[in-house]
Amino acid sequence: MIRHLLSGLALASLATAAHAAFDVDRLLADLAQHKGGRAKFVEKRYLAVLDRPLVATGEMTYTAPDRLEKRTLTPQPETVLLDKDTLAFERGTRRVTIRLANQPEALAFVDSIRNTLAGNREALERNYALALSGDADNWVLTLSPSERRIAALLQRITVNGSGDQIRSIEYLLADGDRSELSIEPLERP
Amino acid sequence: MRLTAGRTFLLWLLAMLAGAAIVWNSRFSADISFFLPARPSAEQQVLVDQLREGAVSRLLMLAVEGGDATARAAASRALQQRLAALPEFVAVQNGDAGSHDAERDFLFAHRYLLSPAVTPERFTEAGLAAAVSNSIDLLASPAGLLLKPFLTRDPTGELVELLGGLNAGAEPDSVEGVWASRDGARALLLVQTRALGSDTDGQQRAIALIREQFAAVHGAESLDLQLSGPGLFAVKARDTIRAEVARLSTISLGAIVAVLFFVYRSPRLLALSLLPVASGALAGVVAVSLAFGTVFGITVGFGAALIGEAVDYAIYYFVQSGRLGVDGWRQRYWPTIRLGVLTSVFGFGALLFSGFPGLAQLGLYTLAGVLTAALVTRFVLPRLAGPARGVTLSGRADAVLSGALRHARRLRWPVLALALAAVVHLALQREQLWLPNLSALSTTSEADAALDTRLRADLGAPDARYLAVVTAPDRETALAAAERAGQRLDRLVADGVIGGYDSPARFLPSAATQAARRASLPTAEALRPRLAAALADSPLSAARLDPFLADVEAARRQPLLGRDALEGTGLALVVDSLLLEGAAGWSVLLPLRPAGGAHGAELPIDAVRAALAGSGVLFVDMKGEFDALYGDYIGEAAWLSAAGFVAIALLLLAALRSPRRLAGVLLPLVLSVAIVIAGLHLAGERLHLLHLVGMLLIVAVGSNYALFFDRLAAGATHDAGTLTSMAVAATTTAIGFGTLALSSVPVLHAIGVTVGPGVLLALLLSAAFAPADTRR
Repeated sequence: MIRHLLSGLALASLATAAHAAFDVDRLLADLAQHKGGRAKFVEKRYLAVLDRPLVATGEMTYTAPDRLEKRTLTPQPETVLLDKDTLAFERGTRRVTIRLANQPEALAFVDSIRNTLAGNREALERNYALALSGDADNWVLTLSPSERRIAALLQRITVNGSGDQIRSIEYLLADGDRSELSIEPLERP
Repeated sequence: MRLTAGRTFLLWLLAMLAGAAIVWNSRFSADISFFLPARPSAEQQVLVDQLREGAVSRLLMLAVEGGDATARAAASRALQQRLAALPEFVAVQNGDAGSHDAERDFLFAHRYLLSPAVTPERFTEAGLAAAVSNSIDLLASPAGLLLKPFLTRDPTGELVELLGGLNAGAEPDSVEGVWASRDGARALLLVQTRALGSDTDGQQRAIALIREQFAAVHGAESLDLQLSGPGLFAVKARDTIRAEVARLSTISLGAIVAVLFFVYRSPRLLALSLLPVASGALAGVVAVSLAFGTVFGITVGFGAALIGEAVDYAIYYFVQSGRLGVDGWRQRYWPTIRLGVLTSVFGFGALLFSGFPGLAQLGLYTLAGVLTAALVTRFVLPRLAGPARGVTLSGRADAVLSGALRHARRLRWPVLALALAAVVHLALQREQLWLPNLSALSTTSEADAALDTRLRADLGAPDARYLAVVTAPDRETALAAAERAGQRLDRLVADGVIGGYDSPARFLPSAATQAARRASLPTAEALRPRLAAALADSPLSAARLDPFLADVEAARRQPLLGRDALEGTGLALVVDSLLLEGAAGWSVLLPLRPAGGAHGAELPIDAVRAALAGSGVLFVDMKGEFDALYGDYIGEAAWLSAAGFVAIALLLLAALRSPRRLAGVLLPLVLSVAIVIAGLHLAGERLHLLHLVGMLLIVAVGSNYALFFDRLAAGATHDAGTLTSMAVAATTTAIGFGTLALSSVPVLHAIGVTVGPGVLLALLLSAAFAPADTRR
């Protein structure tokens, strides 16, 4: 009985969401509601210097608002953990911890994904111009760097999603190399 | 030949002039050597060298505050450029983006001589396949951005190997492209002076230059410069000590002159009384200069106390010889005074054996001073003063004092109760009575220390706490030894025992190692087919790697690296600070970092020692050595104080020939010590080494007064003047030591605050416990 009531409430809230105008604020507000979860990812990197793309797979875990862990399982186990202002990178016996405040470019880079997840528009617009197309069920958010130093590295970030779930992220680097990250949620806490 | 007054004065003057000439040529110092061990162990020697001359001792940390981030960054850049152009500075870093390009370019250009991964196996088909595959994997990771531009020239990833050994993550934060504090409110710079840490003049010039250049840089902007580092501490300590020497001596002399004038009411006697004092002060500096070569500023500051102690003998002479005349005085009083001089000499003499050079100097200075003052009083003063020209007191003062003396006896039981309470308090507090570290003796103010800690944390400046040290007769052997030590340390890094280490051999490998690496590079003809086979299935096609083949071929003909090749990069600085030429040969310092990377984390010392055992590598924990050093000093000071006390007791026993009289002399002194120390502790004074030494000095100096009471008790005629002279002498001594209590230099303050009250109390208690038959 209670479950029915709850799903009824959920439906009702979905209906309200659908009626509201769909814009960047709406999308980011929805994303901000998402408190975290686990997902499988497949990452494909297209590099001019290589004859074929590099493919990596693994799992990502997001914990709102500022913890993102990317655990690559193939071809080489590797963990990247973004926690507040540090980026820890672990591969085999090698561990590197970078304080992002030292690396403004790296910070802007990783903050694009984290601030999208957290729905933090103000932080996103500090470094990027935002453009949104599509509707709530299939939206595309484009981030174009406005900061000169980031633009030197990165042409564009394209985030694709449905509702409050991000489905893919594509980074297009300044030199034309690009990387596609497809995300498939495993569970919702 | 009988010496006339004129001849005596002439002889005295000649001696004084000779002394003045020696003092004029003496080297005065206010640096940290005061606290460094005179007879260091091998580990302590490393500590001493690092503190006096090490790279860390030459670092100054600068912070630009105020204005906005843009103004601070602009000031940081302008200051960096101006300072870097000056010969007084070896390096000036502000984290300006691009400032590491020179280092990276150097590492890249010489990667096949520098990379530890370069072995013959690496250039076999299997080795190439593994290395390139690893590089391609790395491309997909955050490190890939760095690697990508170099991939076709460096597909085996030697640059990554080299950078991986560097200390990543220890750089300060960056705002507007230059180093900044964590909160972003300060722009930071790190300066290495050419002047050694022990060269206080050089440090002072460097600091003045920095301030001057900053004033020229910040112009209209309201920016402030903050500065800290060992050099600044040394300069400030010297300024403090200089000011204190002048201030304390003036106060002490002024107050003592006032007291003497009140008693004598004769400028001539006053001037004559100061004669032994001036002689003693001069003799003290001469003795220290001749024995140690260098006179510490703090030692001269101790002069304020010496004035008070040395003037006593003249007071005894002038007050006591008033009625008796010179010969009578010599006969009746001199033996007692001589014994008092000897107890003082024994007390201060005990300090001569200290391995703490500061303490040994204080001991020698005071010993020479007191002895000279006493001898001048005995042999020079009477001739100059002429016959029987002492003060003739009305006897009223003595009458008043005798009355007071009778009252003093009533204090016996209360004093005993107080002393018992003091002893109980000290016994209960004995575990936490003494401060456990040397920093209590540092002249650095708390505000300066706090600023230093803050800047150090902001900069992530190395505290270089753990060092592995290798020594060798020449540079090549030293580098080879550093490489062998590095192999052991590599295992510790792999096991996670330590976080990492620095080595000069990383940027300047031994010639043998470089040659071996170069010899493992194949010719282009040999390499090309191996590469093609290795990359048959790789996403990276061998056809793209011609730049790699060209670079390897070039590297085969590259000359080996010498120290000169590093010039113009920050790496030269690293190598020079870690590879040192000393009198006994070369030594290599390998600073170790704790695992975890957190600032202030500790290394598992025993595990590191075990791993390095038998390799000839000396492992030093600087903080541990420093703490142990202070522990040694405390232990030694306690031992010396006890030995000094025993020596004084034996001397008195030999002179008094009666255990009962000995007990009568020592009891008030011991009670005074207990009451003073307990009182200081209760008053919140942080007790350290110098308070401990002060306890011995209370006994050494206070016994002078106790002996007079013993003499009176033994049935000596009670002359008018005896009590007065003692009261005046104790007052001047208390003034002299008490003045030191005003000092902001902890060494002087501690002795002053202990001995000043201790001497007065010793007089009072000696009076209270004087046997009954002292009364007329």
